[in-house]
Amino acid sequence: MYAGASRDCSKGDAVATALLEINGLTKRFGGVVAADAITLDIPAGEFHAVIGPNGAGKTTLVGLLAGEILAQGGAIRFDGSDITRLPVYRRSRLGLARSFQITSLFSDFTALDNVALAVQAHRGHSFRFWQDARREQELRKPAQVALERVGLAARAGARVDRLSHGERRQLEIAMALAASPRLLLLDEPMAGMGPEESAHMVEMLRQLKGGVTILLIEHDMETVFALANRITVLVYGRVIACGEPAVIRDDPAVRQAYLGEKQDRGHG
Amino acid sequence: MTASLDPSLEAAPKSLVTVRSAFTAVLLAFLALLPLYVALTGNAFVLTLFTRIVIMAIGAVSLNLIMGYGGMVSFGHAAYLGIGGYAVGILAKEGVDSGFAQWPVAVAASALYAVVVGALSLRTRGVYFIMITLAFAQMIYYVAIGLDRYGGDDGLTIYRRSQFGGLIDLSNKTLFYYLCLVLLIASIYMVSRLINSRFGLTIRGSRSNDRRMRAIGFPTFRYRLVCFVIAGALCGLAGALLANHTNFISPALMHWTRSGDLIVMVVLGGLGSLFGPLIGTVAFLLLEEALSRVTEYANLILGPVLLLVAIYVRGGIEGLLEGRRSGYRAP
Repeated sequence: MYAGASRDCSKGDAVATALLEINGLTKRFGGVVAADAITLDIPAGEFHAVIGPNGAGKTTLVGLLAGEILAQGGAIRFDGSDITRLPVYRRSRLGLARSFQITSLFSDFTALDNVALAVQAHRGHSFRFWQDARREQELRKPAQVALERVGLAARAGARVDRLSHGERRQLEIAMALAASPRLLLLDEPMAGMGPEESAHMVEMLRQLKGGVTILLIEHDMETVFALANRITVLVYGRVIACGEPAVIRDDPAVRQAYLGEKQDRGHG
Repeated sequence: MTASLDPSLEAAPKSLVTVRSAFTAVLLAFLALLPLYVALTGNAFVLTLFTRIVIMAIGAVSLNLIMGYGGMVSFGHAAYLGIGGYAVGILAKEGVDSGFAQWPVAVAASALYAVVVGALSLRTRGVYFIMITLAFAQMIYYVAIGLDRYGGDDGLTIYRRSQFGGLIDLSNKTLFYYLCLVLLIASIYMVSRLINSRFGLTIRGSRSNDRRMRAIGFPTFRYRLVCFVIAGALCGLAGALLANHTNFISPALMHWTRSGDLIVMVVLGGLGSLFGPLIGTVAFLLLEEALSRVTEYANLILGPVLLLVAIYVRGGIEGLLEGRRSGYRAP
């Protein structure tokens, strides 16, 4: 039975090689504890998933890691350096790329423009006032490659407001990939997708697995169990379990707090 | 590398000859040939009117850069007209009548003011941004009223236009008009390069989705600030021209209604389009001029006209020419 204590989800001996180290990360909103001393290590190359019921603090965790929310306690280390108080853009420059749960794109630009901007962000400063950036192959080519990786190359010239929901989600991933990130922070990439689009996305994530370190926040259990090397379960801002998929599936605390609840509602 | 690799490039330019480009070409030709018409008819008033239109268009181009492309609605843009104008006026009064000194000072002072206003206002958004830019402009307005040595509320007459050491004689009205027109075309060209450069895409991306821009690694504040300063400097130049045009400066130059007029010109012409500010300025000032001849209550007619344009032609006159009836390109 779940005793109420926070689990430490570091790998102990793996600390030295962890790409992302979260140590005692805490965030309160008034009386609500959205992140309660979260401790978590993610070694380079791992596909790590974070699951939890609604209100578990998943979105807060993404915000804390991306830098949009500042923690009240604890520390985040990325590749050995402390990033706990770094602004969003500096984290991005270190190689921490994210996708948004609610699609967040530049709607009056084409798909390729969107990805090219993500590339541009990591090619030095943008105080270049004269040359047509849309003709710079240094920006367009990597953007095109990123679009191909997510299977969106054919829609490169389409404006974002002409893309379907599924295509926009793919574009989200392409933009995150374009920066050649070291850690990919994916916030419910399957949200609002039909079964076919979801299957496509799962296949894409499977291809990314191993190549880049991924932290996936997800609702869809099937995806998580199929893809993740390790899973962290959040409930009320607390890590209640952490481990390989098989371990998580059989963990009584998880069953009660999350899976059981879902089953009662008929698999959500 | 060929453009065929890049589908978005092929999609962008449609037909070269459109209603819009034809209209723009005719307008530019008209502006270029105007002094000829004036010489033939001897109607000097038209030249005076259009010199003013061309100068105000530079101000509108400047405002469009931050408002149309950067999403920064500055409600204090007339302050730059004032600062540029007062730089010329004050220096002239103190005996410095060289344009080589006056104009750079006008531009630099405007840029400096923009740095201060931008550094504070760009930390806010929406209505707050509008209010802060307005508040600063009002402050400058009252500072000008307090300048007793330079005429205070009554303003200051400039007895000698900026001198350029025999290079160009600004008291020649035709020459002065052409100088303004060249500067206008140059500023539109500058903006056209700017908005498609890396810098320009950063600014436009920030208008479209600032949060995402930061998430993909752009420190957007500094880019927006630099854009704000560029626009301020450009409008300061327009102020210097305006002072030379009217041979007179007064606080009225930067009254808040002037800032409102500039916004109207930009919106009327077409927010975020290259020639929109020019078209909007021509339309607005001609309409104002024509209506003021017919009736004392010009604004009573001008107001509803602008309202109709704002409601029914969201892309402004530019959008109308392009065949767009509603819904300008994304907020």
